[in-house]
Amino acid sequence: MKKNNIDQKRRDFLKLGFVAGSGLLIGIHLPGCTEAANQSVSTPEIQDDEFKANAWIKINSDGMITVTVSHSEMGQGISTAISMIVAEELEADWSKVRFEMAPVEDVYKHPKYGIQWTVSSMSIHASWDLWRKAGASARQLLILSAARFWGVSVNECLAENSTVIHKPSSQTINYGELIDKTDGLSLPENVRLKRPDEFKIIGKSVLRLDSHEKIDGSAVFGTDVKVPGMLIATIVHPPVFGAGIKSLDAREALTMPGIKNVLTIETGVAIVAETFWQASSAIPSLNIEWEKSDNRHVSTRQLFKRWKKLGAKEGKVFFEEGDVKPVFESTSRVVEATYDLPYQAHATPEPMNCTASVTKTGCEIWVPTQNQKGAQEIAARITGLDNEQIRVHTTFLGCGFGRRALVDYVGEAVEISRKINAPVKLIWTREEDIQHDFYRPATHNVMKATIDSHGRPTAWLHRIVGADVFAQAMPKVISGMMPDSTPRFLKNMATSLAETFLPRIIAGKKAIKSAGPLPYRIPNVQVEFINDDPGIPIGWWRSVAPSANCFAVECFIDELAAAGKRDPYELRIELLGANPRLQHVVRKVAEMANWYEPPPNGTHRGIAAHDFQSTMMAYVAEVSVNDFNEIMVHRVFCAVDCGIAVNPGNIEAQVISALAFGLTATIKSSITFREGKVEQGNFDDFPVLRMDEMPRVEVFVVPSNNPPTGIGEVGVPIIAPAVANAVYAATGKRLRSLPLRLDEA
Amino acid sequence: MPRLRINGDVRDVNVPPDTPLLWVLNEQLGLTGTKYSCGISECGACTVLINGEPVLSCGLPVSEAEGVDIVTIEGLHGPVADALRNAWIAEDVVQCGYCQPAQLLTAAALLSTNFNPSDEDIDAAMSDVICRCGTYQAIRKAIHRAAGEIRHEKK
Ligand code: FES
Ligand code: FES
Repeated sequence: MKKNNIDQKRRDFLKLGFVAGSGLLIGIHLPGCTEAANQSVSTPEIQDDEFKANAWIKINSDGMITVTVSHSEMGQGISTAISMIVAEELEADWSKVRFEMAPVEDVYKHPKYGIQWTVSSMSIHASWDLWRKAGASARQLLILSAARFWGVSVNECLAENSTVIHKPSSQTINYGELIDKTDGLSLPENVRLKRPDEFKIIGKSVLRLDSHEKIDGSAVFGTDVKVPGMLIATIVHPPVFGAGIKSLDAREALTMPGIKNVLTIETGVAIVAETFWQASSAIPSLNIEWEKSDNRHVSTRQLFKRWKKLGAKEGKVFFEEGDVKPVFESTSRVVEATYDLPYQAHATPEPMNCTASVTKTGCEIWVPTQNQKGAQEIAARITGLDNEQIRVHTTFLGCGFGRRALVDYVGEAVEISRKINAPVKLIWTREEDIQHDFYRPATHNVMKATIDSHGRPTAWLHRIVGADVFAQAMPKVISGMMPDSTPRFLKNMATSLAETFLPRIIAGKKAIKSAGPLPYRIPNVQVEFINDDPGIPIGWWRSVAPSANCFAVECFIDELAAAGKRDPYELRIELLGANPRLQHVVRKVAEMANWYEPPPNGTHRGIAAHDFQSTMMAYVAEVSVNDFNEIMVHRVFCAVDCGIAVNPGNIEAQVISALAFGLTATIKSSITFREGKVEQGNFDDFPVLRMDEMPRVEVFVVPSNNPPTGIGEVGVPIIAPAVANAVYAATGKRLRSLPLRLDEA
Repeated sequence: MPRLRINGDVRDVNVPPDTPLLWVLNEQLGLTGTKYSCGISECGACTVLINGEPVLSCGLPVSEAEGVDIVTIEGLHGPVADALRNAWIAEDVVQCGYCQPAQLLTAAALLSTNFNPSDEDIDAAMSDVICRCGTYQAIRKAIHRAAGEIRHEKK
């Protein structure tokens, strides 16, 4: 009894301490609340032998340290990286550190976006200091408690390896033994953070914390969630995007074994059964008549024809430096080309899925998502419950790639559970997943440039025609960025206002990323965007706009080098004079690839580089073309500067991962529409890179003391141009659309 | 009622005989390490070992899986499996992890007959299992490492 009282006081105090302290962190109890508050929906429960130092750190009496990870683990290694950063400043014994996924809480909001989600390679970059401070404050609190316990001066104590040491007497005490000795202490403010040369964990290639459960089959992904009484659902969406349902005849389906229900929901027709196999087997027996949508005329072939026409005229200027017009008028050495980028699917290995259990008083959701707040929001909208009545559990994600930043599948599961009054796990078939994605938008790119007598570009025009991801996707997430206390009608109003006006306001701004400003010094640059959205659903696809823009930019730079009879590497180095970090990376990659030596037998080289949110990267690809005109990528060199390399081994893994992802889009797959329908439907017609197609990759991570920048996406955009430029070196042919196909050239 | 031998146990399952083995394992028996990703024998996520050979369980009716030895990731044990798991950890192979049970099972089948696979052997054996995270290079390294460990122990 007594211990409980002490614990209660301690917890209350910690809460107050944190509020008065750095203001970064919350405790677990509301002041003056009784034990009942422990069970409040949104706060994780704390055991008696646990001490929650702050929102990020829990320490057990046995010394185990649990770091709360506010970002989704989709393979990018964030759970290990956050744990490393916290453990570094905490002076934790790394072998005692583990992690758990955070619930939805304000404290876990992304500091840049104001919403709890994992996007844009921004996790480490944006929260690096926050996590370091969380670790450092907890460490200082533990030192203070040890000093008081011993009755010695705090200045004589230091922390190391989960132990506080009193230097003069050499006595030591473990963190686990200190968790009940912090009563009455307040969270230290303004603790000193370590200098990079003091790092013990950061900068080392630390092994991932999530390996074991992923190699014995026990890791819980969304598809593995089990809830008592749960039914399984699958869904059929309108084949022509945007079409509504005219009529549904489910009589035959309802006679099939295990089928419990067939119902119409906002986005399509859901089939509920005892198992997924039963549900998905019933799909062909459904008789659904879809409404005729105008979208039935949308075809990508026509679309590119239209964009070609549109691209012949001037667009809206979104970036301008100098003045291209007079240069174009007065120079004869003009180079022109157009580049076409197709729609792309995310094709995450784990199809979209979500488990939801809706009751009158609450809603519980288990979901592999990149957008916890969005999941809570859409559930609140559908159920009419308050945000705090909705509890979101994040499972492991079988990849995200940006697809899971949108939460349509959460809304569907919640709607089904609510309508059938039972917990339900919704799993999409692969076909639905490929055909009802939010795709990387296609674009048509018009490029025009002039070069001087030294082969240097003097004017550069890049006109992009297509739709802007942000214009379509932002209205879908905007309500999650508003405070929970905002009345629902206001949130709904904001959403519909955003749907109406936001596209016009923001279309183009982010669609030109990596097209302007350019990393290269060119005196006159103009980047235009022509907004023509055919309505095809689009979303964030690993690296977003640069995944398309860099193809045009980096191939066109190569074309200019060829036109000016310049070595494409040397031209880049010359144009990067004002950008020493990227210039260094380009030099480094050329050195790795022995640029001035002939490439290995039968192969040819291509180079590409870019600056992605201050991460600098360059590739050299070694490529050959066989007698069947097939393109084979044998080896790729990569140099990358992403500031402090928190976990260099993981950085290498992320580069290789992004490269493989980009290579599928470079040489294998794309999404096309015909009569409003996606023509691909599974991995047979949307093939993904396999092991025998994977090049050898060598990665060099530039040592740096700058704050860390992102790594999850930067490797995607430049693999296509590096390979295309190598194909040019091999064949003399410029391939200006993806995926690269020599037989069509 | 199909009777199956899975991970050394005999299990009777009450499903229609044309149910794919994948769904029997995953849904009826709760062996969720066997994953669904395509359902059309294209991606390899549903790989299990049948009499030691990798088989795509989404394409195999349960009626055809009677009387054989089925091993899923949950039942993958022994010296080859240990060597592979150690190597997987040491090479930090996994990313999202969704394909990894299938990768390990396929690698175990390879190493049980070939203790010294070349890169080409590895590519040929492993190319049925897609990894969208692109962990292929790390998998190659890990298989070489595990093979080395097995050869070492055999000496
Ligand atoms: S799920 Fe069986 S091969 Fe893809
Ligand atoms: S680890 Fe993610 S698909 Fe292989």
